[in-house]
Amino acid sequence: MKSEKDQLILGIETSCDETAVALVRNGREIIANVVASQIESHKRFGGVVPEIASRHHVEQVTLVLEEALKQAGTAMEEIDGIAVTEGPGLVGALLIGVNAAKALAFAHDIPLLGVHHIAGHIYANRLVKEMEFPLLSLVVSGGHTELVYMKEHGHFEVIGETRDDAAGEAYDKVARVLNMPYPGGPHIDRLAHDGQPELDLPRAWLEPGSYDFSFSGLKSAVINTVHNAEQRGEKIAPETLAASFQASVIDVLVTKTVQAAKEYKVKQVLLAGGVAANKGLRTALQEEFKKQENVELVIPPLSLCTDNAAMIAAVGSVMYEKGQRSDLTLNGNPGLEITIHND
Amino acid sequence: MKILSIDTSNYVLGIGLVDDTQVMGEYISNLKKNHSVRVMPAIQTLMKECGIKPADLDKIVVAKGPGSYTGVRIGVTIAKTLSWTLNKPIAGVSSLEVLAASSGRYFNGYLSPLFDARRGQIYTGLYQFSNGSIAAVYEDQLVMAADWVERLRELDAPILFSGNDLPLHRKVIQEALGDQAIMAEITEYNPRPAELAFLGRNRQDEDPHAFVPNYIRLAEAEAKWLESKKQQ
Ligand SMILES: [Zn+2]
Repeated sequence: MKSEKDQLILGIETSCDETAVALVRNGREIIANVVASQIESHKRFGGVVPEIASRHHVEQVTLVLEEALKQAGTAMEEIDGIAVTEGPGLVGALLIGVNAAKALAFAHDIPLLGVHHIAGHIYANRLVKEMEFPLLSLVVSGGHTELVYMKEHGHFEVIGETRDDAAGEAYDKVARVLNMPYPGGPHIDRLAHDGQPELDLPRAWLEPGSYDFSFSGLKSAVINTVHNAEQRGEKIAPETLAASFQASVIDVLVTKTVQAAKEYKVKQVLLAGGVAANKGLRTALQEEFKKQENVELVIPPLSLCTDNAAMIAAVGSVMYEKGQRSDLTLNGNPGLEITIHND
Repeated sequence: MKILSIDTSNYVLGIGLVDDTQVMGEYISNLKKNHSVRVMPAIQTLMKECGIKPADLDKIVVAKGPGSYTGVRIGVTIAKTLSWTLNKPIAGVSSLEVLAASSGRYFNGYLSPLFDARRGQIYTGLYQFSNGSIAAVYEDQLVMAADWVERLRELDAPILFSGNDLPLHRKVIQEALGDQAIMAEITEYNPRPAELAFLGRNRQDEDPHAFVPNYIRLAEAEAKWLESKKQQ
């Protein structure tokens, strides 16, 4: 399954509530991609409980490793590099992946590659479509809302980020107002599909030329709208609320992405992160970039938008090529910044 | 039989390497420093100095708790991953039992090793050596130090207390037990990784996939959730 010149990277991801292991050949081809989700366990708490996430990771980690190697039909001896999410994420959760990766690297004398989680989300796209530089990536997840500019492999420049809540966080909070079960994002997306954006909710454009985001004002506006209606004895249809909220979020995300794509004259725009699974966002971006002839929009399939280890292996592949290595002092780093690796 | 032992369950970081007839090497530190950064380099250095390659190992033994949740998980994750990927057996030993064995092998009485668990609580258990082997008299538990010593008063033999957190609870112990309480010397506060290795040597092999720490306690959120279900 692996010829002499092929490169095979094993990826491990445990930054939040998925224990994931994948094998990726030559940076682009998924050989195995196993994700053990804990979402059922965390549902009863209405969110991810860090201590419980860490406990599940310890229970799962070698099982998931074994399953991935089995699916790939390969052995550790064939593996050229072990890539693992170093951060950001929940520290206790990160430590399980990092220490499992270090034990494997030591046991088989294989290079170790510490990967930034958001770089992973961006590189999920490379498993679908080869990257063309310069490119722009819109990263939207439970913890992140960022516009990242890349002029080449391994070069990450954050040109815009959220100043308060991440988009995914705003979704979860609004879902709570609507009494929806955790995680709220998919519920709102579904409801929004059946409603009209009739409510006039604010859009935080911030100062001209800024690519930063802010969603806390929108979240408060939704809560106020609901409360005011309740006081008048009225009830706003959840579909209308969801559609109006989603329209505001998407309007800001799409408009800023289009502006940045133009200013930075990029060849590709990549959607990344868990919120990339949002149908409304996907459709709006597709509509908008149909009009931009020189820019290619790449959206990974849903299974690669949420946390997985194939995306971590994909970054590891590029690091391996560049000769970047981590050593056995690698640690979990919950606040890790995305850096320009080639400096 | 070459055994690698790993203990990261508390501030003490211990790595041991033993074979049938000798303790080849030990690494011990007692520092409030990040275990995650230091364990693998310590294992690597010790094994390299002893001329042992990962594939040469015959068994991995790990201190499985109680202790710091994160600390125990680091050691257990490394141990179970090594066990699984090298296809070598794994065995777990109570972190308290290792401490008891490290200080009380020749003590004629009971052993109460302890780790502080904040707000007056301790992790402890009661152990005893007989014919050279150690056994639990009272199982490992999380308990108020004051309640524990009351319970020990009923015993008819001296009790040896040990552990780096002993100074925090010395007063409570001595007030309740007087001369019945013997305090280990400071040089015996650290659990010995070689002791861990030999304790684990004859323990039954466990399945690395199913191997998990002994936390003693449920996660707080889990405990609250179960409580709320009970009330419904
Ligand atoms: Zn993510």
